[in-house]
Amino acid sequence: MSADVELSDVSVTFGSFYAAKNVNVKVNGGEFFSFLGPSGCGKTTLLRAISGFQEPSEGKVLIDNKDMSGIGPNKRPTALIFQNLALFPLMSVSENIAFSLEVRGVSKEERKKRADELLELIALEGQGEKKVHQLSGGQKQRVAIARALAVEPKVLLLDEPLSALDLKLRQRMRTELREIQKRVNITFIYITHDQGEALTMSDRIAVMNEGELEQIGKCDEVYNNPLTPFVATFVGENNPLYGKVTGIEGDKAQIETADGQYLAMMNDSKKLNIGDESIAFVRPESLFIPRDGDSFDNKIDVNIESFEFEGNLKNFYARLQSGAKIKFSVPNAIDTSSISSGSSIALGFDSSKSVILPKASLAID
Amino acid sequence: MKNFLFTQPFFKKNGKAVAIYFLVAIIFWFVFLVIIPQFYMLDLSFRTNVPPLARGGPEDYYTFEHYSHFIFGSKTATDAFNFVDLGVFGRTIFVSMLVTIANLLFCYPIAFYIAKIANPSTARLLIVSLIIPFWINELLRSFALRILFANEGVINNFLTGIGILDQGILFITYDIGLYTGLIYAYILLMMFPLYNAIESLDINQIEAAKDLGSSSFRTHWRIVIPHAKPGIVSGCTMVFMLTVGALATPVVLSSPNTLWFPQLIYQWFNMNDNWSRGSAYSIILLIVSVIFVLTMMRIFKVRIGEIIK
Repeated sequence: MSADVELSDVSVTFGSFYAAKNVNVKVNGGEFFSFLGPSGCGKTTLLRAISGFQEPSEGKVLIDNKDMSGIGPNKRPTALIFQNLALFPLMSVSENIAFSLEVRGVSKEERKKRADELLELIALEGQGEKKVHQLSGGQKQRVAIARALAVEPKVLLLDEPLSALDLKLRQRMRTELREIQKRVNITFIYITHDQGEALTMSDRIAVMNEGELEQIGKCDEVYNNPLTPFVATFVGENNPLYGKVTGIEGDKAQIETADGQYLAMMNDSKKLNIGDESIAFVRPESLFIPRDGDSFDNKIDVNIESFEFEGNLKNFYARLQSGAKIKFSVPNAIDTSSISSGSSIALGFDSSKSVILPKASLAID
Repeated sequence: MKNFLFTQPFFKKNGKAVAIYFLVAIIFWFVFLVIIPQFYMLDLSFRTNVPPLARGGPEDYYTFEHYSHFIFGSKTATDAFNFVDLGVFGRTIFVSMLVTIANLLFCYPIAFYIAKIANPSTARLLIVSLIIPFWINELLRSFALRILFANEGVINNFLTGIGILDQGILFITYDIGLYTGLIYAYILLMMFPLYNAIESLDINQIEAAKDLGSSSFRTHWRIVIPHAKPGIVSGCTMVFMLTVGALATPVVLSSPNTLWFPQLIYQWFNMNDNWSRGSAYSIILLIVSVIFVLTMMRIFKVRIGEIIK
């Protein structure tokens, strides 16, 4: 059983500080939904508001259309997985998993049966008698999930539970979490500052900044069509090109920068007028070294400064004539032996792969 | 020998001066302050009580008479057992146990509040206000309680004055003053180990239990208390040992009809000038209290190492 979760005009204040401000979002039942934002953006506060550890100062949290005001965390149909997991170190794995059943007065045999089922779900059969400290990081992670699922919650809340793991394990756990979510078919609300985690696992994401929602949407929508300069630079990497709007035709706008004119896509919701201060964004992987037969509607002259090898990608750092920095990435398979530090080349990018937004602060400022 | 000593890891790690200081201080403390006096007492407790001049003479020989006096009474007594001394002893152990439990019950909620609920400035204020009364000497604190609890004392005068009571309550006669004084005397030795133990518990553990549906009571029972167990045992051990051996508080606050076991020891040493019997009684108290504490630790499955942690 999964449940809808709705935040209706939720604000949380600590003194005069707004940890969350007028947040409106509706998470659908059975969805994998992520709140993505830098640390201190208020995403953990929202999670605590949903779980019941933090009453909103204004607004309401609704689960299955029921107002949760005044209902404590032990009475809500949610289960929370803590950042540090908070497994009980003095109990065995099985006792941990069955703790929620124990507090509900479920009999010992029933508890054992249920713990064994959950151990099977997380592929830890027969390890119920172990102590928590005998498990590896990934196993602890899975025990925390099983412990939360034992309550049969309608909503599972996850507070950056993968942040303590190393890269390989983190990548594997992403897939596993997604699979578990599909199998148990309940609503997952996930908090993270890692855009890779949010993009790979979620059905939809909400990007937050300084307590406010910047954008809600499907992962590819948010990545390809950011609504604010913050989202454009926080989710993935983006090169900003500052300038003024000089022309508008259909859904595209012309921007005049210190280094030339470029054409970029406009958002439906953020209309621009001629003369507006604006920023065009182009991602490193959308900048190409033109080869014969390629045609791009934007051309940009750069001077290569340095190079870094990432494995699957080769990253080049370059400067425009105005001194602005720009980064572009080329798949490792492409031969770039002709490019070296100090050489000047012309790059191309498609206006359909670039967005233009009204000027505002970036995530990296 | 010298080279052997100075090449030990302990010396290399701490440097010569510090290492020698540690060594000398520990040896002095252990040998002169623990071993020698205790062995002297142990030896004395098995000897006849003779004046110093007769030491080493024919009157001075080893005997169990002081221990047997504790159990069976004097040779001329008509009772089969020394009911008076055994009674004092039993009562001392039993009441000390109750005092320890009362201390635990008082301190646990306060320690939990300071460690996990109060904001840092309130917590500091509370800790300071717990400590300040203990700047006053134990004897004076006992006298202060005596003033409060006396038949014509502050509490009785107040209660009769406003007309709640016709007659004062005999706090001292019924040892209510003594019990209060004993609970108060070593309460900090319960408070701080408890506070330290609870403080080290990750707050997420408590929230996780709550999130999983646990009531407050059960969260304490299953999460907080098991975590704080070493602190609980450490506090209980200290309070029990010190209460069993308390002298100043009982001297000031016990009723004229009852004795606390250390008062009995004191009487053998000072009033009856029988150091051998006093020593025997001290040894009995020491051994029984240690056995009692070790048994409790066995029952509650705590190891010595955990307490020190």
